[in-house]
Amino acid sequence: MGLTSSILMSPFHLLLQQLANGFTIGAIYALIALGYTMVYGVIQLINFAHGEVFMVGAYLALTALLILGVAQPLTGVALAGVLTACVALAVGGCGMLGWGIERLAYRPLRRAPRLTALITAIGVSFFLQNAVMLLYGATDRRFPAFIPARRWEWGGTSLTLLQVVIWLTSGVLMVALQMLVTSTKLGKAMRATAQDPNACRLLGIPVDRIIALTFALGSGFAAVGGMLFGLYYNTVNFHDGYLTGLKAFTAAVLGGIGNIPGAMVGGLVLGILEGLGAGYLSSQWKNVFAFVVLVGLLVFKPTGLLGERVADRA
Amino acid sequence: MRSEHTTTSRTQSQFRIPHSAFRISGWAGGCALALVFPLIHPHPYHLDVLTTAGVYVILALGLNVVVGFTGLLHLGYAAFFAIGAYTYGLLNLRLGWPFWVGLGPAAMAAGLSGVLLGIPALRVRGDYLAIVTLGFGEIVRIAVTNLEPWTGGPNGLLGIAHPAVWIPGSGVYAFGVESMPYYYLVLAVAVSVTMVCVRMGRSRVGRAWAAIRDDELAASCCGIDTFQLKVLAQGVGAAIAGLAGAIFAAKQGTITPDSFDFILSVMILAMVVLGGLGSVRGVVVGALVLGTLPELLRGFEQYRMLAFGAIMILMMRWRPQGIFGHPPSSSGVSHGRAAA
Repeated sequence: MGLTSSILMSPFHLLLQQLANGFTIGAIYALIALGYTMVYGVIQLINFAHGEVFMVGAYLALTALLILGVAQPLTGVALAGVLTACVALAVGGCGMLGWGIERLAYRPLRRAPRLTALITAIGVSFFLQNAVMLLYGATDRRFPAFIPARRWEWGGTSLTLLQVVIWLTSGVLMVALQMLVTSTKLGKAMRATAQDPNACRLLGIPVDRIIALTFALGSGFAAVGGMLFGLYYNTVNFHDGYLTGLKAFTAAVLGGIGNIPGAMVGGLVLGILEGLGAGYLSSQWKNVFAFVVLVGLLVFKPTGLLGERVADRA
Repeated sequence: MRSEHTTTSRTQSQFRIPHSAFRISGWAGGCALALVFPLIHPHPYHLDVLTTAGVYVILALGLNVVVGFTGLLHLGYAAFFAIGAYTYGLLNLRLGWPFWVGLGPAAMAAGLSGVLLGIPALRVRGDYLAIVTLGFGEIVRIAVTNLEPWTGGPNGLLGIAHPAVWIPGSGVYAFGVESMPYYYLVLAVAVSVTMVCVRMGRSRVGRAWAAIRDDELAASCCGIDTFQLKVLAQGVGAAIAGLAGAIFAAKQGTITPDSFDFILSVMILAMVVLGGLGSVRGVVVGALVLGTLPELLRGFEQYRMLAFGAIMILMMRWRPQGIFGHPPSSSGVSHGRAAA
C-alpha cells in the first residue's frame, strides 16, 4: 500500500500489489452494490440513500468499539466477541434503518412519479449525513484496528490478514445471498415481487413485507461493508457514504443492475480498475475513473457486463 | 402504461388565462419593494444576504427550465455555475477582459457545455439521466481541482476583477467591495431572467417542453423533435447558470472548486422543488426562502442541512407539487415503473 515500497518493487510485484488492493476495495463495493441491485431488482427504485446507510453502518460498528473500549488488535475469544458485537449492532441497526426508510419515506410514494421518489431519496441521504455529523462531529473519526495486523510478503507484494478477511467475508455473504434468492421461499417471493407485485398480492404473498425485507437485507450487507471499510481505512467520516455509495452504484450498473452476480463482478472490476488507475496513472484522478466509467456506461452500454437493459433510452 | 392520474387537471390549469391581475400586481409589488429596499435599509450585510439569495434565484430559474419545464432531472447543475465562473475568471485574469465583456462568453461556455453534455446524456432517461448528470458534475469539480496550471487547483483563482461602470459626467464607478451595486446588478439580471423564463414557458418552445415533460412519447408522436428540444432546454438552463457564475466570480473576486459541489446542486434542486416544479413565481419564492433562511436561522446553522433533507422528504410526501406548483401529473420523467 505504501508508495515508498512500491517504487522499489519489481513491475510484476507492483502489479500484484495493485490487484490485491483493488480486489479488496472492490469486495467492499460489491457488498454495498448488492443493496442497490436488490432494491432495484424488486421495485425499480434507485435507493440514493443506500450509501448513507453504509456510512451509518460504519459508525454503528465504531460505536460498538467505543462502548467496548477496544483500542488495539485482539485475539482469540475477545476478537470473536468484539466482532460479533460490532456486526450485531451494525447489521441490526442498519437493517432497522433500511426498513424504516422504506416504511416512512418510500412506501407512501410507491405509486408516485419517479422524480418524487428520487428527490425523497436525496432528502433521506442529506438527513442521515447531517444527523451523523451532528452526533459524531464533522472530523474524521479513528476506527480502531482490532483485527491482528498480520501480513505476508512475497517479493515486495504484501497481503494483510485484514485483506483476506474482507475477501472471505464478502465472498461468503454473496454466495449466501445468491442461495437465499435462488433457493428459499423468501427468495422466490422476492423474485415474484420483482416480476409482478399485483399478481403476487393475488397469490397471498405479503408484497409490502417482502419489499421491506429486501431493504433491510440490503442495508445489512451495506453495514458489513461499512465495518470492513472502517477497518481497512482506519478512519470514518460522515462524507464517506456519498462517494463510496456512488462507486458501489457504479459497480451495480457495471455488472447490470438488478443482477446479483453482476454486482459482485462489477464491484471487483471497478475496484481493480481503480487500483490500477491510482497505481499507474494518478491517484489525484482516482475518483474520476469511477465517474467516467459510470457516465460512459450509462450512456453507451447501459446493459452492463452481465445484465439486462437498464436505462430507458430514447 | 400511464399512471392513474390523468392529465385532465393539468391541461385545464395549463390553458387557464395565466395573466391574472393578482399575479401581475404581485410581481410589480415585489420588484418595487426590491428596488427601494436598499434605500430604506442600507445595511451592507443584509444586502449581501439578499444578493446571494438573488444569485440563487437566477440559478433556480435556470434549473427550472431543465427540471420544471422539460422534466429532466439534473443533479450536476453546479458544474455549469462553475464553468461560467471559471470562464469569466480566466478571461479576466489571462486576457484582461472586463466583466461586461466576459459575461456573454461565460454564459455561452456554460450553455455550450450543457449542449455537449446533453447530446450523449439525453439518450438516457429518468433516474439514469440524474445519475449521469451527477457524474458530470463531479467530473467537472474534480477536473477543476486537478488542472492546477489553468485553474489554480484547490486554491482557485484569486484577484478576479470586480465590475465597473462608466457613468456620463462622473466618470468610472468601480463596484469594488460595496454591497449595493451588486444588489442592483443581481436584481436586474434576476428580473430579466424571470421575464425571459415566463415568456419562454408560454412560447411554442415552452409548450413543447411541457408536452415532453407530460408525455414524451405522445409529444414525439405530435411531431415534436424531442431530442433537439431537450438539448435546447439543457443549453438554456446551463447558460443561465453560466451567467450567475460570472456574476458570482465578479462579486467574490476569488473562486475555489469547493464552492461548486454536489450540495449546491441539491440546494438549488430543493429550491425548485419547494417553490413548485415548472412554476416561475414558485421557484423565485422558493429560492428566496431557502436562500435567506440560513441567515434568519443563524445559531441553528448546524441543523440547516438536516432541515433541508427533512423538507425534501416531507414536501415529496405531502405536497410534491411545491408551494405554487400544479397538481401532480403523470409526467415524462415520472412515468411509473411500469414503463421501465
